[in-house]
Amino acid sequence: MTTEPEKLTMAQALNTALRDAMTADESVVVFGEDVGPLGGVFRVTDGLTAAFGEQRCFDTPLAESGIVGMAIGMAMNGFRPVVEMQFDAFAYPAFEQITSHLAKMANRTRGRLRLPVVVRVPYAGGIGGVEHHCDSSEAYYAHTAGLTVLAPATNQDAYGLLRAAIGSPDPVIFLEPKKHYFAAEEVDLAAAVPPIGRAAVRRSGADATLIAYGPAVPVSLAAAELAATEGRDLGVVDLRSLVPFDDATVMAEVRRTGRAVVVAEAPGFASVASEVAARVAEQCFHHLEAPVRRVTGFDIPYPPPKLEHHHLPSVERVLDAVDDLQWEDA
Amino acid sequence: MTDLAPVRLLDADGTVTGDGRYPMPPPDVLLERYRGLVRGKRLNEQASALVRQGRLAVYPSSRGQEACEVVAAAVLRPGDWLFPTYRDTVAIVERGVAPVEVLTLLRGEWHCGYDPVHHHVAPQATPLATQLPHAVGVAHAARLRGEDTVVLALCGDGATSEGDFHEALNFAAVFTAPVVFFVQNNKYAISVPLARQSAAPTLAHKGVGYGMPAVLVDGNDAAALTAVLGEAVGRAATGGGPTLVEADTYRIEAHTNADDAARYRTDAEVREWAERDPLRRLRAYLRAENALDDAREDAFAAEAEAVAARVRAALGEDRPVPTDELFAHVHATPTPQLAAQAALLRAELAAGEDAR
Repeated sequence: MTTEPEKLTMAQALNTALRDAMTADESVVVFGEDVGPLGGVFRVTDGLTAAFGEQRCFDTPLAESGIVGMAIGMAMNGFRPVVEMQFDAFAYPAFEQITSHLAKMANRTRGRLRLPVVVRVPYAGGIGGVEHHCDSSEAYYAHTAGLTVLAPATNQDAYGLLRAAIGSPDPVIFLEPKKHYFAAEEVDLAAAVPPIGRAAVRRSGADATLIAYGPAVPVSLAAAELAATEGRDLGVVDLRSLVPFDDATVMAEVRRTGRAVVVAEAPGFASVASEVAARVAEQCFHHLEAPVRRVTGFDIPYPPPKLEHHHLPSVERVLDAVDDLQWEDA
Repeated sequence: MTDLAPVRLLDADGTVTGDGRYPMPPPDVLLERYRGLVRGKRLNEQASALVRQGRLAVYPSSRGQEACEVVAAAVLRPGDWLFPTYRDTVAIVERGVAPVEVLTLLRGEWHCGYDPVHHHVAPQATPLATQLPHAVGVAHAARLRGEDTVVLALCGDGATSEGDFHEALNFAAVFTAPVVFFVQNNKYAISVPLARQSAAPTLAHKGVGYGMPAVLVDGNDAAALTAVLGEAVGRAATGGGPTLVEADTYRIEAHTNADDAARYRTDAEVREWAERDPLRRLRAYLRAENALDDAREDAFAAEAEAVAARVRAALGEDRPVPTDELFAHVHATPTPQLAAQAALLRAELAAGEDAR
């Protein structure tokens, strides 16, 4: 195994994480719809059935509740299942299994029965997907006590956080920004597996902090690049883990800059972005020079492909929000 | 196609019947089942009384369904798994879990009071049919490891309308999972009668659509249940895959103490089913076979009474419920946010004690 970073797409990074986890631990099994010989509709499970056999990576009947329910049962009996929901909005039939059982089992049983299950969810938009293929469903999961909710934005994190998720004793909802699946980045497979629950400062800035996760991270980084050319120094915090939430890293950055904009694709009402804004307001009030702004999707069902660019947070919309942060008082 | 007539080995008065499809289990086995029925009936009565005394928040009684409860537990071998619902307290106790641990849920102290992994008994499921896919997962896991473990999953007639019932049976059949799906058709889902759940000739007929064997059995006949469930467990243990078993039975009590059964069923109907009581017919048969005498009856009754007395004593005393547990188990390691919330509650409680 090379220790040099390799160029991998996010789909390849995830595939490598599954391979490495399955090699390291025989109890790791992968199943879902089309994940077997086809390798998944996004090819994330490509070659796993051939490499590990049908008992380790297999197709199931087309039934998401059954898939998550079966994963719960297998986890009850010694396995570490990693299941794929084909698309964000196709995971809703599994919602009861996720909220009533996967999330609660450890608590119900006083910690006697923990469920090391990873539910992989290709999520969010920007791919020209038709109806029901582009939801940002993270708020449902983040609101449900007992779930770990991870949202990688880089291919390095896609690899590292999936390894961490599979190793976790807790159930993990693993949100994969499907817009990133086929973009290549350097990935260091020998790097240490990152801890769950830590945000990453992607760019240090002096004037304001952009707080983002998943597909909103590259948008925020692009906004910071552009702002720099205009003389404004923006930092970018990538949350990576929505639950547990890294208050320490987020608040340290905001206290330094005194200004914050939260960027996310999901509709803003009652959202993760709202939770982040509320936490920043509660914990950083005396450091803030301006109200915390949110740049999110509109409070609408995900739009059709020809209209989605109006809905998604753009560099311009992020910078407009930054412009709004009461600089006249600075 | 599934037979429309339920498998029955004993008539309501204990007379041997049957059509030769299943053999009569030996008397010593049925004597043990009868002993279980006596314990189960007494536990149902005791738990219902504890609700009236305010010692349990609620108790969904399986009075009238004791044969299903006792035999479901008895046909399993050590290492097999049971997946119960909220009405299956008796089956869980018959699997060896202490009644007071089972009643933790209904006492309101915690959600599941026993160790599911130690006992191989899943937590009691309240959302209907949601436990059935778990049963398939446990069974499939065992099969992948080459073990002959069997999983018996309980549900009621109402649960057969749920999507998870369908998904679980379909998965089990596709994966040849060693699961026995045991439906206690007690005729009502709270108030809604069977006719509003299904237009199928019997619930067992649903097995045809999944490609699995299915049997309709008299659910008040412990002998027939022993034969039918025993066969299903044996088939599952030897690689034959899942079986759907429908028990024709009846919920003698209301859904719970909070229910008013007079609004949806007649006394005459309840009386008719009371005549088909599972204890009466098995007792009559064992008496006729000279397998059960007064001394044994007295011993069984005394054993059941001792269980009831232990339950009364345990639930009669109030004990503190630790508040730190609210936060301790949600994640393997409490999140910083939960640690802070636990500290907040501890501080509130300490301040409250200081104020007193």
